[in-house]
Amino acid sequence: MAILVNKNTRVLTQGITGSTGQFHTRACKEYGTQMVAGVTPGKGGSSFEGIPIFDTVIKAVAATAANASVIYVPPPFAADAIMEAAAAGIQLIIAITEGVPVMDMVRVKKYLDGRACRLLGPNCPGVITPGECKIGIMPGHIFRPGSVGVVSRSGTLTYEAVDQLSRLGLGQSTCVGIGGDPVHGLEFIDVLKLFNEDPDTNAAVMIGEIGGAAEEETAVWIKANMRKPVTSFIVGQTAPPGKRMGHAGAIISGGKGTAREKIDALEKAGVRVARSPALIGQTMKEVIGY
Amino acid sequence: MNIHEYQAKEIFRRFGIPVPRGRVAETPLEAKSAAQELGGRCVLKAQIHAGGRGKAGGVKLAGSAEEAEKKAGEMLGKKLVTHQTGPQGREVRRLLVEEQLNIDREFYLAMVLDRSLSRVSVIASAEGGVEIEEVARRSPEKILKEAIDPVVGLLPFQCRRLAYDLGLAGAQAGALAPILQGLYRAFVELDCSLAEVNPLLQTREGKLVALDGKMNFDNNALFRHPEINALRDLNEEDPRESEASELGLSYIALDGNIGCMVNGAGLAMATMDIIKLYGGEPANFLDVGGGATKDRVTAAFKLLLSDKHVQGVLVNIFGGIMRCDVIAQGVVEAAREMRVAVPLVVRLQGTNVDLGKKILSESGLAITPAETMAEAAEKIVKAVKEASGVRGKG
Repeated sequence: MAILVNKNTRVLTQGITGSTGQFHTRACKEYGTQMVAGVTPGKGGSSFEGIPIFDTVIKAVAATAANASVIYVPPPFAADAIMEAAAAGIQLIIAITEGVPVMDMVRVKKYLDGRACRLLGPNCPGVITPGECKIGIMPGHIFRPGSVGVVSRSGTLTYEAVDQLSRLGLGQSTCVGIGGDPVHGLEFIDVLKLFNEDPDTNAAVMIGEIGGAAEEETAVWIKANMRKPVTSFIVGQTAPPGKRMGHAGAIISGGKGTAREKIDALEKAGVRVARSPALIGQTMKEVIGY
Repeated sequence: MNIHEYQAKEIFRRFGIPVPRGRVAETPLEAKSAAQELGGRCVLKAQIHAGGRGKAGGVKLAGSAEEAEKKAGEMLGKKLVTHQTGPQGREVRRLLVEEQLNIDREFYLAMVLDRSLSRVSVIASAEGGVEIEEVARRSPEKILKEAIDPVVGLLPFQCRRLAYDLGLAGAQAGALAPILQGLYRAFVELDCSLAEVNPLLQTREGKLVALDGKMNFDNNALFRHPEINALRDLNEEDPRESEASELGLSYIALDGNIGCMVNGAGLAMATMDIIKLYGGEPANFLDVGGGATKDRVTAAFKLLLSDKHVQGVLVNIFGGIMRCDVIAQGVVEAAREMRVAVPLVVRLQGTNVDLGKKILSESGLAITPAETMAEAAEKIVKAVKEASGVRGKG
């Protein structure tokens, strides 16, 4: 089961003729993901390693029944690509592109309102259900099938956390990157809701970071609704205020959005928060007891 | 990206927001002539990218053009230290010379991104002229908010609601709407991350004027605003941070002595955090990004070593897109070229990790390998403490 993606997910790549798009389309296909189509305007009719390329998403969907799309197009065109996928009826859109203007995403969010599609990212590593389907840029070999759900605002820190889990024998049901931008698609709460309902997921790791109030809002939701154990790590305890720490969304502004506030809120909600990034896996192991 | 007050006010003017009459001066003589145009009586405001100027002596009144010249001479070229500049302060290179206005009331207005709503919101308060965070802490009920629907924009009824809740009436209530609309248009059209008027003044004559202004811009949108990019003042930025952004690296200088080079923002912050947990102090945040080439790794290495406080370096790479052998090659070349004399701990994990480790060990350089993040942090903190202990004895 898992959440969001599985072996039946049919994926198309928007931006398949760029070097990033090609590299990761190949890697995902090798992982076993059903990569069924690519879209690059003007390249319709050609193909990439046996994957047919179309001019528009709607044509690709009509021809291949793709139901998920991964986006690697450059930042100025990413918002348009997301909306094109939504308009074509794609159910899960994964925007990997980093550097999308915030105002573009404000418009995208409004456009997606009321549509039956889910967006991950932008500025995210993607989503993976180990052993079944990998969509995005994460190194597939560190993941193991299992029952721990992972949701994170970060990329490489997620790999670190997953690697720790896998080494401790804790496989993952699905790992979801929601992205490091201030305005993005699915939030922690949306993903935790899915984990809560998923029979294959027994516990969840939530990796947050400084900036915004999503972790605090999630803490309130967890306390009221989550029936499965959640552990967490919040990164950026040593980050200075007023500076964007790489991710557009990782900034302490006006004294708000600090790691301390987030950790306190989560602990109040009964979430065990690892005190070191080296203990994310260990903390989960202690909480679930196996 | 930040800009100066005088630049923000030029933008305000373009969007129909009333600002005081005034001009920028870079010399005392220019200040004098600017004051003359205003009739002599004026206010001199130091132009630096930091708040708290008033209390720090960065805003001075002059009663005549001669006094303006004299005071400008005292302010220009001096370091101004405010609670936002850090102890080193900022050099004052320009003054904004403006007319003095008769203050009746002061308000706070800003456009910000409300991340929870994914919308632009107006923040307003009848308590202007002070730091809004302070008002928010002390009396949150005095902060007014209006979220804006991106399809229809800021609506007239929202402006009226804000005006009446701020205690404005009659002509002033009507005058607030174009100011709010202008600020919202500027925010959207120029891709701001903040557009703030603090204070918005009601003069004794009943006019609303933006007495001070601050604008920040979304770096990710600068590609479509060359005219905004041109307003950048490199004197106001840490030179290493500017250099890093030229190279496509994300670098932030910190106060510690352990330099870090990491791939990915989250892992880079985690590396800073774990150094601190093990009793060390990170010297920087440095994200080499996902698709960095060997050249970029070399450049990143040079950049972090150019900080003279760095007494040790921790490289922490979890290869996702990045291959560990590419990183290892870059580290080895940079370490050779720079003749690195400080302890260097390298932790590689992920794609091609064995090849990466082989490159490091065969380099003949004094590189300490580490398997895990915790081990890497422990090793670099210990090595830096030992090295500085030796220096201390010598």
